[in-house]
Amino acid sequence: MALLTMSGSPHVHDNDSVEKIMWGVVIALVPALFVSIWYFGFPALKITLVAVASCVAIEYLIQKFLLKQEPTIKDGSAALTGLLLAFNVPSNLPVWEMIVGSFVSIAVAKMAFGGLGKNVFNPALVGRVFLLISFPVDMTSWPVPQPLMQGGFFADAITGPTSLGILKEGLGTGQTVNELVMKMPDLMRDFLGNQGGSLGEVSAFALIIGGIYLLMKKIITWHIPVTYMLTVFLFTGLMWLINPDIYINPVFHILAGGLLLGAIYMATDMVSSPMSPNGMMLYGVGCGVLTVLIRLWGAYPEGVSFAILIMNAFTPLINRGFKPKRFGELKNQKG
Amino acid sequence: MLKTFKSGGVHPPENKISADAAIQSLPVPKRVYIMVTQHLGAPSVALVKKGDDVKTGQLIAKSAGFISANVHSPVTGKVFKVDDFIDQSGYRKPAIIIDAEEDTWVDGVDNSDEIIRDITLTKEQIIQRISDMGVVGLGGATFPTHVKMMIPDGKKAEFLIINGVECEPYLTSDHRLMVEKPEEILIGTTILMKALGVSKAMVGIENNKPDAIEKLSHIAKSFKGITVHPLKVKYPQGGEKQLIKALTGREVPSGKLPIETGCVVDNVGTAFAVYEAVQKNKPLIERVVTVTGMAAAKPSNFMVRIGAPVSELIEKAGGIPENLGKVVGGGPMMGKALMSLEAPIVKGSSGILLMPVEESRRVVIKPCIRCARCVSVCPMGLEPYLLAQVAKNEMWERAESERVMDCIECGSCHYTCPSGRPLLDYIRLGKNKVGQIIRSRGKK
Repeated sequence: MALLTMSGSPHVHDNDSVEKIMWGVVIALVPALFVSIWYFGFPALKITLVAVASCVAIEYLIQKFLLKQEPTIKDGSAALTGLLLAFNVPSNLPVWEMIVGSFVSIAVAKMAFGGLGKNVFNPALVGRVFLLISFPVDMTSWPVPQPLMQGGFFADAITGPTSLGILKEGLGTGQTVNELVMKMPDLMRDFLGNQGGSLGEVSAFALIIGGIYLLMKKIITWHIPVTYMLTVFLFTGLMWLINPDIYINPVFHILAGGLLLGAIYMATDMVSSPMSPNGMMLYGVGCGVLTVLIRLWGAYPEGVSFAILIMNAFTPLINRGFKPKRFGELKNQKG
Repeated sequence: MLKTFKSGGVHPPENKISADAAIQSLPVPKRVYIMVTQHLGAPSVALVKKGDDVKTGQLIAKSAGFISANVHSPVTGKVFKVDDFIDQSGYRKPAIIIDAEEDTWVDGVDNSDEIIRDITLTKEQIIQRISDMGVVGLGGATFPTHVKMMIPDGKKAEFLIINGVECEPYLTSDHRLMVEKPEEILIGTTILMKALGVSKAMVGIENNKPDAIEKLSHIAKSFKGITVHPLKVKYPQGGEKQLIKALTGREVPSGKLPIETGCVVDNVGTAFAVYEAVQKNKPLIERVVTVTGMAAAKPSNFMVRIGAPVSELIEKAGGIPENLGKVVGGGPMMGKALMSLEAPIVKGSSGILLMPVEESRRVVIKPCIRCARCVSVCPMGLEPYLLAQVAKNEMWERAESERVMDCIECGSCHYTCPSGRPLLDYIRLGKNKVGQIIRSRGKK
């Protein structure tokens, strides 16, 4: 008989893995990718492939030649970062800028902190904000959607502003919300994805489908997305009730811009978000408040990326202060 | 809606492959190895020496201290020697080794199958008898049962809870006992109620054992104050604190005993042993042990004498399989990997799990991705990732303030970790160290 294996309990394990989680999120993003290709054509596919390939390649090169360790690109985390980064840029971004953004995401935001699990900030968002600050024009020239069959797969895109951009600029010149809404796609188009915007953020419908998949697969929990969206809804709703001439309705705020992409896929990034249910809810509320503050009173039309990155920085403190409910810790008893 | 405990928990594949195998009595082994101490508490003291003749049921090691228990000879024969012998945790500890001859019981033991229903002993006599007969908790913790019956001053027992949950995957010893000895278990329950002075007892059984639920519910109708409660299947529901929560909604305060909630919990196996001790004057010298696992040729449930080597049970369950990779004493979630198959069965042995090579290896450890699953499955509301990290970094004070001592070692965290991190290994280390620190503080 062979030697017996010795190890501590438990002796059975759930057959889940890091790979399954990462590829699960990738699968959840596929519907949104299809919608993007439908409306933005070949450039959307091209920029996505460039981002995924560069993120994976950069991680491989750093691990192999710089850190001299076994590359772990098969775990899917680099590919996911690439996909999310692509989802956060306009589909007509120059390829070289996409590669620079991927480099910042993987090399600076992830590997410099120690690799998977060690990064403080969401790597894809760090890459996006780097690009936004470095190439502000390219990062805000949004292609106008042209459904696949009408525009032609390889047609050069015409660019136009996003709804949030129209709003911010218009309000700055003294126009009312009602006048500006006329210049925007209606909410149904926002819902389906027929609007200008970053590659992956345009279709609320596809993003929600993917979100339901993630909840069913138990890859994410409801705490962060629901508190995030609810906070945005209530906060913007309150402002809208106070003065509908300068504050647009809350449904618009939910469907426009990157809120759904951010709330479902970016803020829920396991590595950079809190661990306890209470902590997650506080984090979600924080993301929501910051997003609205930036959208309504900040310099940028959109605040999702900044809001999440700022809350990422608070995650260690939230983990310290918000513990799960301990079993046997009764109200009238000190622990 | 079926009852269950609220926070945390996992649902590993149940794999109760021996559920339909009736309990078989194993022949008395040729040589038995009786660990002198088989309970939680002060070590017992051996009463016999090399060359002594002993009879089945004779006291051979005596309780020494308040929380301690007697041990009786499971066979008739001659003491071969009193020496250290490897136990299921892999350590060498004092053992009485006896060469068995023909089985002759000590006088006064009723060894028949006749069910004795009338309870004639008084409360005090019952507790004394349970103590004399060496009954300890058979769910695995092996806490001396008579000590549990003595309620501390100022506390009051309200409920007796009988634990028929058997939430560990694979194990079926309690299940078979409930199906085959339901009336004995309920008489034992009534005896325990009398000893505690309570009028209500609840039997909790997970609803993956419908035959046991049906049998016990039916018979319980003719017993006063005993109710049977089906529970939703969720691990670790058989944990004392989780079971109390599931049945009464009450939470045992951190660092306190179940009696704080007015509950006393005993396993169904213990209730059966109490029946035998009190009604039949029979010491605890045998128990039901499941031999199972994906590598077991014939998954079985055996009534086996304490002290039988594990190898003998494996032999009777179809022998040592070719692809055997790991042998676990107990269930797959909380059992211990055995170092030697010569280690003997003790009072706390509920099962022997034979795992094939391909199931035995641990997965490759990956970095923590902070997915928080360990936090969400922890039934004690702890943060396993954090406890493991602070233990690894030897931050004992932090480990204590993060309540490492509340951990019940159920293993749900390591079970669920997608990165395959051995969280419980580190947490155990932390508990060990922090426990030492707390004890040394008490001495000052």
